[in-house]
Amino acid sequence: MSAVPYTQTTHVPNKLGVLVRRTIETLVLPLAGIVVFLVLWSVAAQKIDTSLGKFPGPAAVYLQFGALYSEHIIEREKAAAFYKRQETRTKERLAQDPGYAPKLRAYTGKETFLDQIFTSLITVMSGFLLAVIIAVPLGIATGLSKTLNTAINPIIQTFKPVSPLAWLPLVTMVVSALYVSEEPMVAKSFITSMITVTLCCLWPMIINTSVGVAAIDDDLLNVSRVLRLPALKHIQKIVLPASIPMIFTGMRLSLGIAWMVLIAAEMLAQNPGLGKFVWDEFQNGSSDSLSRIMTAIVVIGIIGFLLDRGMLQLQRFVSWDKASASR
Amino acid sequence: MKIIKGRVTSLKRRKRLISAAGSAALLLGILSNSTAAMAEKLGWPEKEELKFGFIKLTDMAPIAIAYENGYFEDEGLYVTIEAQANWKVLLDGVIDGRLDGAHMLAGQPIAATMGYGTKAHIITPFSMDLNGNAITVSNAVWDEMKPSIPKMADGRPVHPIKADALKPVVEKYNNSGKPFNMGMVFPVSTHNYELRYWLAAGNIHPGYYAPHKSDVSGNINAEAFLSVTPPPQMPATLEAGTIYGYCVGEPWNQQAVFKGIGVPVVTDYEIWKNNPEKVFGITAAFAEKYPNTTIRMTRALIRAAKWLDEKNNANRPAAVKILSQSNYVGADYDVIANSMTGTFEYEKGDKREVPDFNVFFRYNATYPYYSDAIWYLTQMRRWGQIPETKPDSWYMDMAKQVYRPDIYVKAAQSLIADKIIDAKDFPDFASEDGFKKPQQHFIDDIVYDGKKPNDYINKFSIGLKQGDVL
Repeated sequence: MSAVPYTQTTHVPNKLGVLVRRTIETLVLPLAGIVVFLVLWSVAAQKIDTSLGKFPGPAAVYLQFGALYSEHIIEREKAAAFYKRQETRTKERLAQDPGYAPKLRAYTGKETFLDQIFTSLITVMSGFLLAVIIAVPLGIATGLSKTLNTAINPIIQTFKPVSPLAWLPLVTMVVSALYVSEEPMVAKSFITSMITVTLCCLWPMIINTSVGVAAIDDDLLNVSRVLRLPALKHIQKIVLPASIPMIFTGMRLSLGIAWMVLIAAEMLAQNPGLGKFVWDEFQNGSSDSLSRIMTAIVVIGIIGFLLDRGMLQLQRFVSWDKASASR
Repeated sequence: MKIIKGRVTSLKRRKRLISAAGSAALLLGILSNSTAAMAEKLGWPEKEELKFGFIKLTDMAPIAIAYENGYFEDEGLYVTIEAQANWKVLLDGVIDGRLDGAHMLAGQPIAATMGYGTKAHIITPFSMDLNGNAITVSNAVWDEMKPSIPKMADGRPVHPIKADALKPVVEKYNNSGKPFNMGMVFPVSTHNYELRYWLAAGNIHPGYYAPHKSDVSGNINAEAFLSVTPPPQMPATLEAGTIYGYCVGEPWNQQAVFKGIGVPVVTDYEIWKNNPEKVFGITAAFAEKYPNTTIRMTRALIRAAKWLDEKNNANRPAAVKILSQSNYVGADYDVIANSMTGTFEYEKGDKREVPDFNVFFRYNATYPYYSDAIWYLTQMRRWGQIPETKPDSWYMDMAKQVYRPDIYVKAAQSLIADKIIDAKDFPDFASEDGFKKPQQHFIDDIVYDGKKPNDYINKFSIGLKQGDVL
């Protein structure tokens, strides 16, 4: 008799308890962490005096977000005015010089913070994709063939620990020597940054792919043998699906490194992007410089985090073994 | 079609004739009075999209102003301006074509054309400014210098401060085995020669270069050891204690005052009154391939320089506002304004009037004088960057290869013809031979005559003289 209300009373708090615990886990705890961090940060910031003023606290960074955004808006207005002026100037010239072939010129003003975020994102993604195109087939080949693996392994192991920044001067020189054209499609600096990113993505991807391919369950390989699958079909139906988790782990790893390296490369080579923004601000040495740099750091961190999450989602999406893709 | 074509070729022929006449006039030494050039209407620019490089220093102002005031656009030029990491990167950019032109140290085009460092034929049609640099020492060094500096009635030090006051400090450091390190911005920079000039005038040897023995450190026999630091990093390097002093352009001396890490002791105006400083450098190939573009960019820069000095520096506050934008110099308004608006702050609170600290247009600042080029060559010889004796004629030849008043004159005359700038604002082109009269206002009172470089070199007590080889 009393069993019914008993189970009801225990059932309701139980469900609620789970909900509460979940909210605490996913929302309250991270929020608390952030709040504590912000408090510690602002307290510590006030204690640090540099020759450019106090170390920027959260409030200064928040203000800079606003300032950088309004700079972006102002620059867009200037760009609109620029295009208008260009139009009238071209018309005037056409009136005087009918043979003139008019051409729309891109805005010559400065890149704003938002533009630079965009530039960095494009660079890291193109470098990353180029690396995928090279590394995944190479990794599969070395994973499938022990002979090839033994032959290539020493090279990969030698280049893997080299910081791509060490490559940067060589890449810069080679790009400026080989990439010559009157009307280049993309800027040299973009190619340089992109290749640097590719160089650092390459090695973890090759290694992870080849390890993943080499570790495929014998049962699966036997199935392929029994069915007498042709080589390409074998890769498509057996190898790729089985090694996807490892391939994606390699990709995630290398994208994370790539994002870090890109910022450093942009700083060093003065190529457009967030790294250049940070370096320029450091060089400016104005009273806003430190808070602008801190703003950039926060943005770099958030983007890095989002890139990682994005890769994780993608990995979950394409992977058959959902358990292996967690974390 | 046919008619038009015919006209074009005849025009071309006329142009060629005119330019031939122009060079003949040049040879005769009647530099400017080529009425032919005046009559010739300036053509459309051959290249319209340009990229110019600069280093974050206030003397890049003419480029920023020509852009912001629309002078480049008035010439039909679409210019992108880009800050460069250091002088080497900037020079390489111009040489390999990544940049079409750049704000350069006066010594850079000369050294490049001569083949000291990277060899490339760089020319300059436009001198960007006079003065604008200073020498700063760390607070500790300043405290040690102070007792040997004479004081005025109000207790402030008498200016100009000579390096004699630094001499005992340097000796103390050297005796205790610590090298006295100082920073300058580039081996062929104005700053290197100014710092050396100041030190040597105070009997401190800044060291020789010996490129023929592949020693380009510039520290042979040195008492003070000079090394390269990019301008924006000067204050940080001083603060870190890597160097005890530096010579650099603005705002990096005023920055040291604001940060309280150092004291500017002397401006280059006091070392050599109205010394030529930066130039606008392009490759000779560029000027040949795009003559109209070259003249047009020179026109825009001349207008910008004039605007900067107009009405007794009335536009300077507006200029400072532009320069303090993060894409140009980017330092705080107050720091830049300190030197750009006619004052200079030495020790904190000791702000003095130096109306000519930054000169962009007056005193014919924009005209590329051969004698300016030759002064740099004499200093290169003095410190061994030119390892062997050269005849006076060699100095003339080098100067004429690099400094191109002919382009400047064309630009100036078309500005006069367009009634944009008055003829009286320019030197009298009919009589101008490109040599300033013998100049006296040096800190050591040695007179410089650009027509007698070897004589000049022989006057210095410290430095290589005619016939000396290391």
